[in-house]
Amino acid sequence: MAVDDKMVLRVAGLARLKLAPAEVPHLTGELNSILGWIDQLQAVDTGDVQPMDAVIPLTRAWRADVISDGNIQADVLANAPQAAHGFFAVPKVIE
Amino acid sequence: MAGLTDLSLAAMRAGLKAKQFSARELVTAHVEAVEAARPLNAFLVETPDHALAAADAADGALARGEAGLLAGIPLGIKDLFCTKGVETTASSRILMGFVPTYESTVTAKLFAAGAAMLGKLNLDEFAMGSSNETSAYGPVISPWRAQGSTAKLVPGGSSGGSSAAVAARLCAAATGTDTGGSIRQPAAFTGIAGIKPTYGRCSRWGVIAFASSLDQAGVLARDVTDCALVLEAMAGYDPKDSTSLDVPVPHYAGGLTGSLKGKRIGIPKEYRVDGMDPVLEDLWQKGIDWARDAGAEIVEVSLPHTKEALPTYYVVAPAEASSNLARYDGVRYGLRVAPDGGSLSDMYAATRAAGFGAEVKRRIMIGTYVLSAGYYDAYYLKAQKVRALIAQDFARAFEACDLLLTPTAPTGAFELGAKTADPIAMFLNDVFTVPASLAGLPAMSIPAGLDGQGLPLGLQLIGRPLDEMGVLDAAFALESRAGFSAAPVRWW
Repeated sequence: MAVDDKMVLRVAGLARLKLAPAEVPHLTGELNSILGWIDQLQAVDTGDVQPMDAVIPLTRAWRADVISDGNIQADVLANAPQAAHGFFAVPKVIE
Repeated sequence: MAGLTDLSLAAMRAGLKAKQFSARELVTAHVEAVEAARPLNAFLVETPDHALAAADAADGALARGEAGLLAGIPLGIKDLFCTKGVETTASSRILMGFVPTYESTVTAKLFAAGAAMLGKLNLDEFAMGSSNETSAYGPVISPWRAQGSTAKLVPGGSSGGSSAAVAARLCAAATGTDTGGSIRQPAAFTGIAGIKPTYGRCSRWGVIAFASSLDQAGVLARDVTDCALVLEAMAGYDPKDSTSLDVPVPHYAGGLTGSLKGKRIGIPKEYRVDGMDPVLEDLWQKGIDWARDAGAEIVEVSLPHTKEALPTYYVVAPAEASSNLARYDGVRYGLRVAPDGGSLSDMYAATRAAGFGAEVKRRIMIGTYVLSAGYYDAYYLKAQKVRALIAQDFARAFEACDLLLTPTAPTGAFELGAKTADPIAMFLNDVFTVPASLAGLPAMSIPAGLDGQGLPLGLQLIGRPLDEMGVLDAAFALESRAGFSAAPVRWW
């Protein structure tokens, strides 16, 4: 399943990564080499194997449905590149 | 005071208790060592004020007989742990200037035990790398040099600042994190010990996320006893981490016996890879002999899906990373690049392009691709299934044995730049460490010998889930028989 430059640009769009034109063919080559190596997994027989998403069986912990934190607006905004009136500020979204 | 930095953590504790030196003297000696070692680039931020305040508090607690487990012990903290009021960047440009308003659970526990933080340690960017060369703040230089050479060597990765700092005697121990080998491989490269506990043993709360189903905090220290002491202080249930395990933490250091009587040590045949360095093969055999000498029965076991572990890891880890790193968008913290007149989307894309380094971008791209519509089943779901088979391999092996003994890494440390051009060659560093990570098992590296160039090589012990005690005890038995005493000769 080889990827081409068009696919690399599509994936970069999904990942919200702006690529310089010169980066594209380079990434295409690298991704093909890595994905080609990963393709060896296709040879493994995984017929009725259940996919694993957690390594240790967990019993979810319960707690009382009460507020356990909050009232830390200043902390939340402390590292914002831009904050105004108690909110994060971003470029205009609606014209 | 020279000499204080050469003590093991356990010897520091004994000396403090016996009033042979004060915590202030101990910490001051380490603060000076850190300042003198700047050419190694191990520390991103130095925090002498934090360390000295903790030292004075420890001296008070020692005088009152109320000292905690790590009172006055100088530690380095990998810069993946959020530390309140101290810049935390994960070695990424995108988090430059980020000062957490909260403390990670692990560092909070270490400080509550009395530890003194010397500073924040360099790492591969977002812990993605095996040589500490992907850091936005430059590579860490290993304190080790090959015989008759002054070439700069890598300290391993991603916990390369941690391994270099402990090996160079800048701190008694350091925190690390291990996603695919990031504690064990750097420990092996620098002639020190390092343990990655069972997934869920240490809280991940406040640890900057890379691959959440794999990330686990652990410790790098000079020897097994020191690892046991620090692990005991940092492990334990945390309601703020939903994957944290609610089980008691043993007194690890007190449980070290050095006897393997009645234990069966498994040797996985698939780890005998083609082209293995004969020195490493010989060292592995020595490890087997040491285990037998300590009373263990040696059994050959099979882990049939070993070969598939690395490609599985390089689907699962980037997939989780692409999701975790979606949070860096220039809105809430860190870098923002907003092109003039650009939209919000333009800001996201420009910020991420400027903030992430090449390795992180590559992994985000792979992760996004394998999770995207049309490719999810072929890559991500397939990898999750192979991961299940890898975990089953270990479960079956542990029916025939109690612990596994393997090499930690296929080679010793290499020169800076030697593997940066070939991502897959770099990935192969983790061939022996990744399988245990995928299965969430506790695993440890101990220094066992030197290669032909006089550089350290490590042996790895892997245990059943939650059997850190068994892993540490077996490592303790091997450590006393290996008698590894080599240390880097100071050149910095």
